[in-house]
Amino acid sequence: MKKRLMALALTAAVGATALTGCGSNQTAATTAAPATEAAKTETTVAPATEAAPAADGSVYYLNFKPEQDQQWQDLAKAYTEETGVPVTVVTAASGEYETTLMSEMGKSSAPTLFQVNGPVGLANWTDYCYDLAGTDIYNELTSEGFALKDGDAVKGIAYVVESYGIITNKSLLEKAGYTVEEIDSFEDLKKVAEDITARKDELGFAAFSSAGMDGSSDWRFKTHLANLPIYFEYQADGIGATDAIKGTYLDNYKNIWDLYINNSTCEPADLAAKTGDDSRNEFLAGEAVFFQNGSWEYGNLTGEGKFTDDDLAMIPIYVGVGDEANQGLCTGTENYWCVNAEAEEADIQATLDFMAWCVTSEEGTNAMANEMGFVIPFKNAVESPNLFVKQDVAYTNAGKLPVSWNFPTMPSEEWKNGVGQALTAYAADQTDANWAEVVTAFVEGWATEYALANPQ
Amino acid sequence: MEKALKKYSPLFVIPTFAAFVIGFIIPFAEGLYLSFCQFTTVKNAKWVGIANYQRAFADESFTNALGFTVSYAVVSIVVINVIALGLALLLTRKLKGTNIFRTIFFMPNLIGGIVLGYIWQILINCVLSIVGEPLLALNETAGYWGLIILTAWQQIGYMMIIYIAGLQNVPGELLEAAEIDGANAITTLLKVKIPMIMSSITICVFLTLTNSFKLFDQNLALTAGDPKHMTEMLALNIYNTFYARAGAQWKGLGQAKAVIFCILVIAISMIQLKATRSKEVQQ
Repeated sequence: MKKRLMALALTAAVGATALTGCGSNQTAATTAAPATEAAKTETTVAPATEAAPAADGSVYYLNFKPEQDQQWQDLAKAYTEETGVPVTVVTAASGEYETTLMSEMGKSSAPTLFQVNGPVGLANWTDYCYDLAGTDIYNELTSEGFALKDGDAVKGIAYVVESYGIITNKSLLEKAGYTVEEIDSFEDLKKVAEDITARKDELGFAAFSSAGMDGSSDWRFKTHLANLPIYFEYQADGIGATDAIKGTYLDNYKNIWDLYINNSTCEPADLAAKTGDDSRNEFLAGEAVFFQNGSWEYGNLTGEGKFTDDDLAMIPIYVGVGDEANQGLCTGTENYWCVNAEAEEADIQATLDFMAWCVTSEEGTNAMANEMGFVIPFKNAVESPNLFVKQDVAYTNAGKLPVSWNFPTMPSEEWKNGVGQALTAYAADQTDANWAEVVTAFVEGWATEYALANPQ
Repeated sequence: MEKALKKYSPLFVIPTFAAFVIGFIIPFAEGLYLSFCQFTTVKNAKWVGIANYQRAFADESFTNALGFTVSYAVVSIVVINVIALGLALLLTRKLKGTNIFRTIFFMPNLIGGIVLGYIWQILINCVLSIVGEPLLALNETAGYWGLIILTAWQQIGYMMIIYIAGLQNVPGELLEAAEIDGANAITTLLKVKIPMIMSSITICVFLTLTNSFKLFDQNLALTAGDPKHMTEMLALNIYNTFYARAGAQWKGLGQAKAVIFCILVIAISMIQLKATRSKEVQQ
């Protein structure tokens, strides 16, 4: 009898262990998404009271921006407290968005709200995108241009407009004997940077923070910097996308890249292993005057023990093409909200309500402007305290023409990686042969990747 | 007792068996099916027949990854097993402090592959920077040897423990008899010890062989396939095909590669098991 009891107890124990995995899902019914990757953070907010369910749907937002994870969690919580609709926010780790989205979309509780980066990203997910034409959020847009369309259907809605350029430490620049106003062409930038490098030991700082080519930082150059030659080529040819890039302005790309790597805090050969954090920390520590990055970095650069608005400025990335005196910052978006068309009807409605709330309610617009530092292209937007964003407005008001974001038209991630790899190799060994590799990766890589990404 | 065992055995087996079916058999069957499909998410797959397999074999990056994996596997299997056996021989000699050494050699095995990969990436990059060579992201040779050093460092301790257990099971009488017959250390090793530990060798070679083919996290963390996919191993190539590429046409291809990979690993390890098993002696 005793043995029998023991056997039963053991069986129960084995059973319990085997079923633990399933159990956690049932006990937390509101937990929409099990977090498998350690890098993801997740909070689920349970309805505050069961008495006030506005709708019976729920929202699952797969957030693209790790910088704003906490703010989204807080906003989701506030929304749930106000309306009783559960909102789950999961943030994908940097560079892992497509991967995470793909596995999450395969689940029974898939994200109801996700994002794509533009036309190329949309091509992959268009079947899953709910047509947003006529929805509240669509009607709130300040301009049709912020809607991502596929034919007549509105598949995505831009929810943030960002700018990037060369972030400048004004105090250091003055110490070197220059002001930001003096720099309004590639020639000026080159003169200042090379002068700082020549006096590096005396000044105690370098011109540019390291142009790291580690995965956490290389997008600044293989994507954002590469936008400039693409932008000017599109402008010259009067097009908005292409299946074969010509590389008309690659010499200018080379000039600015040479400037970055040879006037930096470290040896060009060491750039291969430098990370985004390295670069930012150098800039924060006052080791470099210039730091190529965007308005999203504002929160990381200001605050206690860091810079104040008076120390910083963002100047356009001059590459020596076009009307440089009237060139503005690179301003655009690669963040489009999409609603999962395969989700339950109630969840879609809940998601649309949540989106509309985010961009119309006082709390939502405040959080997006002040907490997240976003400029949102919606009618009720609150002015953002973000210095770089304000500067972009000032540049535009002064009649300077913003450079648009064309990297959503790049054919694939693989193309960017190919260019990045060639840039890294060139930085380590600056020969003409190595630059020819960059050109090959840029021009021939584009055609190859375009063909692979768009099979007949 | 036996009756009770028979009676209750299903109770013990069913939970684990169910977990095996849910966690392995069903996903495997689904994966096999998906390798013949084109899909974005697993819910809506479209049957395309063997097209994915044709593309997989025509894909140069896949065959390159196979070549790299094989050359890595051959060297790492030899390095790991030779050093592990050597250490095991040293540490069964009743020297002072053997337990401490065994613990220390085993320790790297307790650290995860990703962490190890990043630690070694920093170490190797430092060395390369000092000697003025291109860093890992641009240096195929350093990537190859880095992977071998890393995995050897990680796995030698584990294999050493298995060899020590084997060596401790070699009967004392046999060794004594060999000594009386005038056999020297090398003859004893080759003619007595190694034949007697063939079962340990079988296990160790099997483990290192399958580990080499399945290697993923170390590869991802150390080189991520740089430069230009030249240090990309099979598992990472499959992962990149599936995840780093956007578009339905890539998912089924990745799936087909995974099936080929699975069959390949099973076939190679079966051949190896058969070959080394036949040399085992019954004690």
